[in-house]
Amino acid sequence: MKLRAFHQAKWDEEVIFELSTKGERGILVAPVENAIANEVGDGISALPESLRRKTPPALPEISQMRALKHYLRLSQHTLGADLNVDIGQGTCTVKYNPKINDALAASPKVAELHPFQDESTVQGALEIIHRTDLFMREISGLDRFSFQPASGSAAILAMASIIQAWHESRGEGKTRDEVITTIFSHPSDAAAAAVKGYKVVTIYQTEDGLPDLEALKLAVSERTAGLLITNPEDTGIFNPKIDEITRIVRAAGGLCGYDQANANGILGVTRAREAGFDMCFFNLHKTFGTPHGCGGPACGALGVVRELTDYLPVPLVDFDGEKYMLRHDLKYTIGKVRSFYGVFPAILKAYAWIMSLGERGLREAANVAVLNNNYILEKVKRIRGASAPFAPGRHRIEQVRYSWEKMTKETAVTTEDVALRMADFGFHLWSSHHPFIVPEPFTIEPTESYSKAEIDEYLAALRKISDEAYEDPAKVKGAPYRSVVHRIDHSSFDDPAKWAITWRSYLKKHGKGI
Amino acid sequence: MSDEKPFVHPYIPNSVPEVKEQMLREIGVRSVDELYGDIPERLRFRGRMNLPEPLTSEAALKRHVEGILGRNRSCAEALSFLGGGCWPHYVPAVCDEINRRSEFLTAYAGEPYEDHGRFQALFEYESLMAELLDMDVVNVPTFDWCQAASTAVRMAGRITKRGEALVVDTTGPDRLLVMKNYCRGVMSLVPVRHDPVTGGMDLEDLAVKFTERTAAVYFENPSYLGLLETQGQRIAEVAHARGGLCVVGVDPISLGVIAPPSHYGADIVCGDIQPLGIHMNFGGGQGGFISTRDEERFVMEYPSRLFGIAKTAVEGEWGFGDVAYDRTSFGVREKGKEFVGTAAALWGITAGVYLALMGPQGMRELGQHILQKSQYAVKRIATFSGVKAPRFRSPYFKEFVVDFTGTGKSVADINQALLGRGIFGGRDLGRDFPGLAGCALFCVTEVHTKNDIDSLAAALEEVLR
Repeated sequence: MKLRAFHQAKWDEEVIFELSTKGERGILVAPVENAIANEVGDGISALPESLRRKTPPALPEISQMRALKHYLRLSQHTLGADLNVDIGQGTCTVKYNPKINDALAASPKVAELHPFQDESTVQGALEIIHRTDLFMREISGLDRFSFQPASGSAAILAMASIIQAWHESRGEGKTRDEVITTIFSHPSDAAAAAVKGYKVVTIYQTEDGLPDLEALKLAVSERTAGLLITNPEDTGIFNPKIDEITRIVRAAGGLCGYDQANANGILGVTRAREAGFDMCFFNLHKTFGTPHGCGGPACGALGVVRELTDYLPVPLVDFDGEKYMLRHDLKYTIGKVRSFYGVFPAILKAYAWIMSLGERGLREAANVAVLNNNYILEKVKRIRGASAPFAPGRHRIEQVRYSWEKMTKETAVTTEDVALRMADFGFHLWSSHHPFIVPEPFTIEPTESYSKAEIDEYLAALRKISDEAYEDPAKVKGAPYRSVVHRIDHSSFDDPAKWAITWRSYLKKHGKGI
Repeated sequence: MSDEKPFVHPYIPNSVPEVKEQMLREIGVRSVDELYGDIPERLRFRGRMNLPEPLTSEAALKRHVEGILGRNRSCAEALSFLGGGCWPHYVPAVCDEINRRSEFLTAYAGEPYEDHGRFQALFEYESLMAELLDMDVVNVPTFDWCQAASTAVRMAGRITKRGEALVVDTTGPDRLLVMKNYCRGVMSLVPVRHDPVTGGMDLEDLAVKFTERTAAVYFENPSYLGLLETQGQRIAEVAHARGGLCVVGVDPISLGVIAPPSHYGADIVCGDIQPLGIHMNFGGGQGGFISTRDEERFVMEYPSRLFGIAKTAVEGEWGFGDVAYDRTSFGVREKGKEFVGTAAALWGITAGVYLALMGPQGMRELGQHILQKSQYAVKRIATFSGVKAPRFRSPYFKEFVVDFTGTGKSVADINQALLGRGIFGGRDLGRDFPGLAGCALFCVTEVHTKNDIDSLAAALEEVLR
């Protein structure tokens, strides 16, 4: 397998403030018509002196082409999924985002819609939302979806909010003050519950990599408000006792929320309904092919069973057989978790993605994602120094959390070193969420989007770096060599006297220039 | 599945049967189904998802979706005066050019090496916003103003170790709903009245309600009703005198002409970046910012990513990375500050592009332009009998309240009649502000020409006749 002689663009580009030349303009604003100026004067005189800005903001002054060039160069310093075999950001489900969907969302029929327009003028947009709701019901087995949460974490917050509102409506809001999660569930499953004031109870895994059922049985009580759990967890191991877990929590009086941010391996295979969940959510920017955008805008599509529909954020989109309408009158609604109706372009792109694939295509996407993942598992296990902890001999769903522990012990090359060396081949390799339960972790999730040849190329890079680690560890520890920049000095980032979160702060603390 | 024809889709390269066979052989299984062996039969879904027949050809898909979208009539096909948290502003072509680049659009969470540009663009966004706000710290964007205000109040609660915040009752309705839900069970929100004449905060009510339990007072400038709060300094003084903080929401596009909240005592500033080069997107273009001074007690309470600048092993090279990562939920799960994750980074990059293009002069000219246009619109609308515009006495920016109660016509009827003339009239305020039944919130920006405003006036004249 050929490894390409990659080198990332390296423009040695300035920080934008260094490009400023006094008097240059990037874009002009037309003055108001003379008749208006004659009528109202300069506009500013209407403001009391205290409200007027005395000194203009110290923004840079840059001509248009130079500003464009700056940002184009920064874009070339960024390795988007469209440019690489983006399987190394495990748990993130970095798959192909079809260009046609971006083109559809760029239409003025989407971009120039205002959320407060009369419902009769936005029937198309409401129809997209309603139809996507129907699709999500089929995929999850649940009864109603809201697309208002603008990310997976926001959907988790919404689930925790529904758990809270549900118990409050039954007079148990004060007494049920604990939410249970697992250590391999996403950090936000713990953190968003804590935002709502819950004490977080974290269940750790047993030797098989799955949450400890006995610990769970001990953890539930009359204080249990609910459960927020990922499955498959970050290990990619499907939890066959997931329905037993929900039964235990429900028997204790808790509600069960399924973190299906990443459902890429199980579309049409297994659903929240059969697993006994009251709520679930899907990240449209993961499983449903909408772009990640460097970290949003995005959507966590939140679904609930019928009994919880009245707790959803408002408004919902209803259809009476003729027209679509916004519905605000939900008795127990948690209110809102984002302004308006969420990130509509993401909903539209997910709708188009599902329409392109259909029932069979969704299942095929899941099947091939799982096929790709197990193919990689088979190959990574044979790479010197790498291992796949837990569940030996078993297959995984959509991703695997691997470990370089052996390599680190034998060569002192860490997972971070490997990640930085991967950049030299034009790849990402992400370690893991903290804490590192798996030592020297890395997580690979191939999705369905990459060909066997591309996957083989990625694997060849991992093998090459493993060889280097054992033969010439200094080489790996000095990486990257062919990326945009070299090893960054992190020493200032945790020091309040030195950290610089803005350019002006840098100049204050460190003086001009580098 | 064996009796079905192979399903080869352009988005799924390894759906080619021969490739699939080869990979199955290498894994050592006969079928993909075997790979699902860990899922017990009782959890397997053996039914069919009831989804429409797929439109696997791109041409058919495009036609289908455009057919549905064709039922929308956008603000580009009408004359719209809607604002209220989502505003029409001119989007420079360079903004779209950059945020549609594959590199940014499809990037996610790479390291600050191969994703150096993502880190730099967001660091620059923070830095450009910091100049506009005249403060030293700005976060990587959160979801929207609603979330930014919610987090700002929670930060104030942690900084002061107090459990209550005062919120002026002209705060945006969506904002209030999000803040209430976000604070429920942890902090209580207490409304502060506005002065019915000026629309500004009632300082007597503030003085009564700001106690030793109060973490902060929150107000917006301009408010949801477009009103400029002229008493910012005094409000901040009340908060500070009682050991609390002053949190201000602001429309960043006003800050070329209007003093930023840091100039009148704000400790935490928040708002939305949608006006800065991002299309309205049916409300999908929002992005929230939070800004503070560069003091450890503030910085350590942010839940957000904060990208900082640093040196690298090579002389003369800039590097970037996460500042104080261990305060985040990525670092320490529920022991971190609130939570962090995907939010609105691409809009942050876009807002940075916008500010870089506009520069100090552009922001000043635009602010002045909007003041003049909105003042002109008020003048035209105020001429009609029974109409009171502006409803409140405070100065305003971009938006203003028009009181139609004297016309004997409801806002709903007026807006229906305007719609028939191709005009989206102002937002009906009656539902969200019962005291403002019969009033509408109009928004006028640089996208409106004198002709547009005159057309609105002419239509209103007919409708109100």
